[in-house]
Amino acid sequence: MKEEIGILEGRQSQVFEKKSGDEQQFDIACDKTSLSGSVSQRACVFCGSRVVLYPVADAIHIVHGPIGCAAYTWDIRGAVSSGPELHRLSFSTDLQEMDVIYGGEKKLYRSLIELIDQYQPNAAFIYSTCIIGLIGDDIEAVCRKVAQEKGIPVMPVHSEGFKGTKKDGYKAACSALMKLIGTGSTEGISQYSINILGEFNLAGEAWIIREYYEKMGIEVVATMTGDGRIDAIRRSHGASLNVVQCSGSMTSLAKDMEEKYGIPYIRVSYFGFEDMSKSLYDVAALFPDRPEIMERAREIVRDEIRKYYPEMQKFKSSLTGKKAAIYVGGAFKTFSLIKALRTIGMSVVLAGSQTGNKDDYERLREMCDEGTVIVDDSNPVELSKFVLEKEADLLIGGVKERPIAFKLGVGFCDHNHERKIPLAGFVGMYNFAKEVYESVMSPVWQFAPRKGGLA
Amino acid sequence: MKTTAINGKTAKTATQNACKLCNPLGACLAFRGIENCVPFLHGSQGCATYIRRYLISHYKEPIDIASSNFNEETAVFGGSHNLKLGLKNVSQQYRPEVIGIATTCLSETIGDDVPMILKEYKAIMGNDEPLPVMIFASTPSYSGTHIDGFHAAVRSAVKTLAEAEPKKHLVNIFPGMISPADIRYLKEIMNAFATPFVLLPDYSQTLDGGPWAEYHRIPPGGTTTRAIASTGGASASIEFGSTLEAQKSAAGYLAEQFGVVRHHLPLPIGIKASDRFFAVLEQLTGKSLPPAYEDERRRLVDAYADGHKYIFGKRAILYGEEDLVISMAAFLHEIGVVPVLCASGGKSGLMKKRLLELIPDLEEAGIKVRENVDFVDIEHEADELRPDVLIGNSKGFTMSKKHDLPLIRIGFPIHDRFGGQRLHHLGYRGTQELFDRIVNTVIEERQKSSPIGYTYM
Repeated sequence: MKEEIGILEGRQSQVFEKKSGDEQQFDIACDKTSLSGSVSQRACVFCGSRVVLYPVADAIHIVHGPIGCAAYTWDIRGAVSSGPELHRLSFSTDLQEMDVIYGGEKKLYRSLIELIDQYQPNAAFIYSTCIIGLIGDDIEAVCRKVAQEKGIPVMPVHSEGFKGTKKDGYKAACSALMKLIGTGSTEGISQYSINILGEFNLAGEAWIIREYYEKMGIEVVATMTGDGRIDAIRRSHGASLNVVQCSGSMTSLAKDMEEKYGIPYIRVSYFGFEDMSKSLYDVAALFPDRPEIMERAREIVRDEIRKYYPEMQKFKSSLTGKKAAIYVGGAFKTFSLIKALRTIGMSVVLAGSQTGNKDDYERLREMCDEGTVIVDDSNPVELSKFVLEKEADLLIGGVKERPIAFKLGVGFCDHNHERKIPLAGFVGMYNFAKEVYESVMSPVWQFAPRKGGLA
Repeated sequence: MKTTAINGKTAKTATQNACKLCNPLGACLAFRGIENCVPFLHGSQGCATYIRRYLISHYKEPIDIASSNFNEETAVFGGSHNLKLGLKNVSQQYRPEVIGIATTCLSETIGDDVPMILKEYKAIMGNDEPLPVMIFASTPSYSGTHIDGFHAAVRSAVKTLAEAEPKKHLVNIFPGMISPADIRYLKEIMNAFATPFVLLPDYSQTLDGGPWAEYHRIPPGGTTTRAIASTGGASASIEFGSTLEAQKSAAGYLAEQFGVVRHHLPLPIGIKASDRFFAVLEQLTGKSLPPAYEDERRRLVDAYADGHKYIFGKRAILYGEEDLVISMAAFLHEIGVVPVLCASGGKSGLMKKRLLELIPDLEEAGIKVRENVDFVDIEHEADELRPDVLIGNSKGFTMSKKHDLPLIRIGFPIHDRFGGQRLHHLGYRGTQELFDRIVNTVIEERQKSSPIGYTYM
């Protein structure tokens, strides 16, 4: 018996289906905390801070609270480092009942002193978790004291889980970074220089992007935070431009840097040929006094597309006409994914994100075809409903979305923190097309009940 | 990666690379083993999401966990409103028969009286259609580990549902946190003994199920509420878990409340422990061991003989939940492998005592026992103890890679290999599988390290 899957009353304003005619009222609700009991795919404030700062590899990251938050984020992202790997260790004050009663400041202080002695990091980040906001530990004071004693920056990150959404966690992480920026020497930095913001070096993606810019003759001062180093962050105010990807997490930092240091910023995306090329051209265009920068950008684009485009045609011929559903963290990524999917002949029937804002969704509506569902802060029931109703052949998401696809006999592409294959850059577009092809065209789906197999 | 001490200093206060998870995770897992049940965490959104991700990476199944989604107001004024709204929404969206509610550090610290809130909720909703059964477990993350949450949820399920019924021929099985494959094996054994039984929690299907022809709000499978209700009238309970004390356990509750005899056993790993388990079954059912299991045992004894020379005297570091480590240690001891370190992030205070009951010559055999440790502590021990092999969950891989030691993955979580949910550990069959894997690991190391390229080992 097939039953109709409904959408909770408190959620209906966050779901929108594009219909014919331009006059349709578009007023999607977003930017709000998740509805209690709705099984949001989002995490919390702590998660937002943790993902942004995690790739800083020569700092120690201490989670102040009971063990869970540290255990679940141990070595969680595929953010790789070319040198130190302190970020891949998990440190927790592991608060116990007595600590909750009497306060955790002493334990935090001792933990910090000992860990700094043991690992000799270049900085320490201290993440407050939920109960720190309740028991009233003065984290700032502990951090100041330890910084003074140990002579390294010790940054509190105010990331109590319940104090907002993941986006507030991004902001807390950015404020911690902002405290570091401006404390290093900018001597010797070229005026043809940028910082790469919002690129986390998953599967080495930051290295790919960095190489493109360096080939163009541009100096990359800091990547924040992929393959991140404290010293680079401290001198990043010496760059001439901030190039911001994953705009949800890092735009606030770019704005702060613009205000304080007068560094302009642009928003880019490195996913798909179209957006990847644009992100090189847009940067080159801001250095007009050196036309060779633009020339080299054109060379890179030409060479790279020549290298990968023909190879991709076999994927495209098989995938043309197939339908994709997208549900990712940031809305900005969905724009690129829609374009990238079109490059390989696929249409998008669902586009959603955990943290998009009004402008993002308006832009999504403009980009999408009729019949496409746009959704904010969705949940497994809704995602399943749309995958089924729209007869998607592919779902793009993260670990939590994967089993929904596989249970329903639908291909899946992991576009989240855990990916091991770079999906950014020109090579990334090729990898993306290949991954989509391998999942959508796999012969195993012949056994899926929805595709004619036995239930 | 530098994890060893610099200047001879080692940080002791902080927990580094924890060898444990938090209390609510275990509760969510146990609730997944009740039919038509949605786990619900009373706390921040992140708790539910992180735990879902952690469980999904092992089980590769959809695992929906609802959250009351605390915000600042909730933290100040209490979680009553959010919890009630959440219960209402979960009921509407999932139409569950049961909602399994567990607390978090946040809701425990602000002192929410969840049973009271549930009472109020029932009073408000009472006139509508029948409400889901609400099972509540207190699982503050600042005390205990995931295993405590697991047992708290099972005990609470029984406490909520078990009824005083006339005694009948029925055996309760409370196996603890075992793999879906182990659960299926236990059910198969009980069916072979042709004995009515209730196994709780049964996530063998909900966390290792088939493909879907259509959408399921809640995956099929699990122990039914009716079955849980009947546990009060059982003739006996079998409960695994060496360190699980009666006052924290489901079988303990049933013994105290309804006089259901509690047979408390270590996890049946190895021949001796499995024999003990089957002997209890023979005693309770009045039937002798079914021939299929006699055969399994014979093959296992034969395998022990065939494989013993490869593994004699090999040194293993064991880590994970205390009960798993204890039973694994006894098994290794009976096959001639020395568990040079038995380590756990748990701290029941009972580990050594229980190990001594199974291995009286513990000290002479060179077996070290350590509770309340993390992976950095275990690494330091490895420097001293020079093991040949590591045995535990996949979180030991960091250590395994650094020390170039083979890792035999057992238990939960197994995040870096395929099929962790289908591994057997229990009974003759599980022991056989473990034995084969241990022998093969040793053989593989020998084959790899020899330049000759032996094709017979």
